Amino acid sequence: MKNENLYNYILGIADNNLILGQRLGELCGHGPTLETDIACTNISLDLLGQVRSFYQYAAKIAGDGRKEDDIAMLRKERDYLNVLLVEQPNTDFGYTIARQFLFDVYHFLMLTELEKSQDLTLSAIATKSLKEVSYHKRFSSDWIKRLGDGTSESHDRIQMAINDLWTYTDELFHQTEADKVMVAEGIGVDVTKLKDDYYNQVGNILEEATLEIPERKYFQKGGKQGIHTEHLGYLLAELQYMQRAYPNMEW
Amino acid sequence: MSEEQIKNLEEQFEARILRDDKIEPKDWMPEKYRQTHIRQISQHAHSEIVGMLPEGNWITRAPSLRRKVALLAKVQDEGGHGLYLYSAAETLGISRDEMFDQLHTGKAKYSSIFNYPALTWADMGAIGWLVDGAAIINQVALCGTSYGPYARAMVRICKEESFHQRQGYEIMLKLANGAPEQKDMAQDALNRFWWPSLMMFGPKDDESPHTAQSMKWKLKRKTNDDLRQQFIDQTVPQADILGLTIPDPDLKWNEAKQGYDFGEIDWDEFWQVVKGHGPCNKERMKARVNAWENGAWVRDAAMAYADKKSELKNKQAV
Ligand SMILES: [Fe+2]
Ligand SMILES: [Fe+2]
Repeated sequence: MKNENLYNYILGIADNNLILGQRLGELCGHGPTLETDIACTNISLDLLGQVRSFYQYAAKIAGDGRKEDDIAMLRKERDYLNVLLVEQPNTDFGYTIARQFLFDVYHFLMLTELEKSQDLTLSAIATKSLKEVSYHKRFSSDWIKRLGDGTSESHDRIQMAINDLWTYTDELFHQTEADKVMVAEGIGVDVTKLKDDYYNQVGNILEEATLEIPERKYFQKGGKQGIHTEHLGYLLAELQYMQRAYPNMEW
Repeated sequence: MSEEQIKNLEEQFEARILRDDKIEPKDWMPEKYRQTHIRQISQHAHSEIVGMLPEGNWITRAPSLRRKVALLAKVQDEGGHGLYLYSAAETLGISRDEMFDQLHTGKAKYSSIFNYPALTWADMGAIGWLVDGAAIINQVALCGTSYGPYARAMVRICKEESFHQRQGYEIMLKLANGAPEQKDMAQDALNRFWWPSLMMFGPKDDESPHTAQSMKWKLKRKTNDDLRQQFIDQTVPQADILGLTIPDPDLKWNEAKQGYDFGEIDWDEFWQVVKGHGPCNKERMKARVNAWENGAWVRDAAMAYADKKSELKNKQAV
């Protein structure tokens, strides 16, 4: 592939959308209220809408005849480059919201930088996505506050979810080889520079929500290299089912 | 109020309906009108949200991203329909929690069609095409119903339902023109959903006790049998375009009535499912009850938080 770094860079962004969108899609019809149900479906819709633009672009870069669905659904486990955070299961509404919040704050910061990319396609997708993601961030932040400062049960549950998922936050700021090349070319975002802002913003919301900021020395990583948690395989089995069972068909 | 006054009010009320005036939440209405509307509108709302489940099943397995996004949007629309309808029912003096309680305890019904399983991707096509198609026929008739909030909700909902139907038909079209396995999948879905779709129009007219009263209040504008006939006449040519066969050996064009004759519906099956013994009644209810019970702590938290915030506001105001 001529531009393998750009291709991998795009997947590094898009796979997060795909996997999180898929996770949220599992919840449709099962939310605690009709309003939150609709809102989570809406976030899933936004993420998957964005991912189509990214994969269509990646398919063009790859130039080997693969289309967006081949890229989305026909790669092997080790070829998905999403961060570990987004593949974590919907343990309960607390985990769903904590995962969303910890991702949204990052997502918004990243897209804000991506909008300045020299690559006009990526910049345009970022601009369009930012409007949606600023809504996601507001939604998840509001729920962090509600659950944190709601009842003592909700406080404990959301604190536990934040504590458990915290271990996956550091990976958001790791640079891959593709990242480094793309940053040097003025196309990619230097995620290492987002870290302070991220932890400040997250910390402020947690504080407002009367929650504690977890103290951690050890973090999990690997998603960006395709080394995932055991959860991802099951998710992919569902995601890929039709494409695997009925290869080479149009739907 | 004296009996005579009430009689007067009732006469005025019936006259307004006859004139096609809309009845609004603050208007006087007979108790029976209120209760009948609560029953029908909440039942309709429940159908929308239980209806999210069979299709929701396939979101994670949709065969392409385009289909996944479209299916998510469709199921989300159904949730939105549930919201408008619960709000319309609330204007009659019942809360959403009470309605949920009636659903969860089995006191309130929902459309039986959602007690059939969605087994293959083609079912997403068949449900959109047939189930949303049948729903539209029922609901277009309700856009002119006498209760204002219900009529207005219906106008909004009908637009989206016809979009759903086209989307479902388009899924079928793709399958019918695809590989042999895909065409088989489409035919199988039609075979399983055809008869339950016909049952969506309810029992035959001579076994439908509420029809006369409902016609008077414009809760119904055509009878069950008329609507069913309309659905069949509209759907058969669509199946022909798909090259699929309607699973009814007695289906035949009747020149004299300018409509199709069709075979006998299995009314035993109809009543079995209505009474709670269909293939998925238990699973659907379990899914709804689980969502509700697992969400209790979330709703409590939201309430507690809102209370704290308004308390704070009051203090600041003082
Ligand atoms: Fe609907
Ligand atoms: Fe619909």
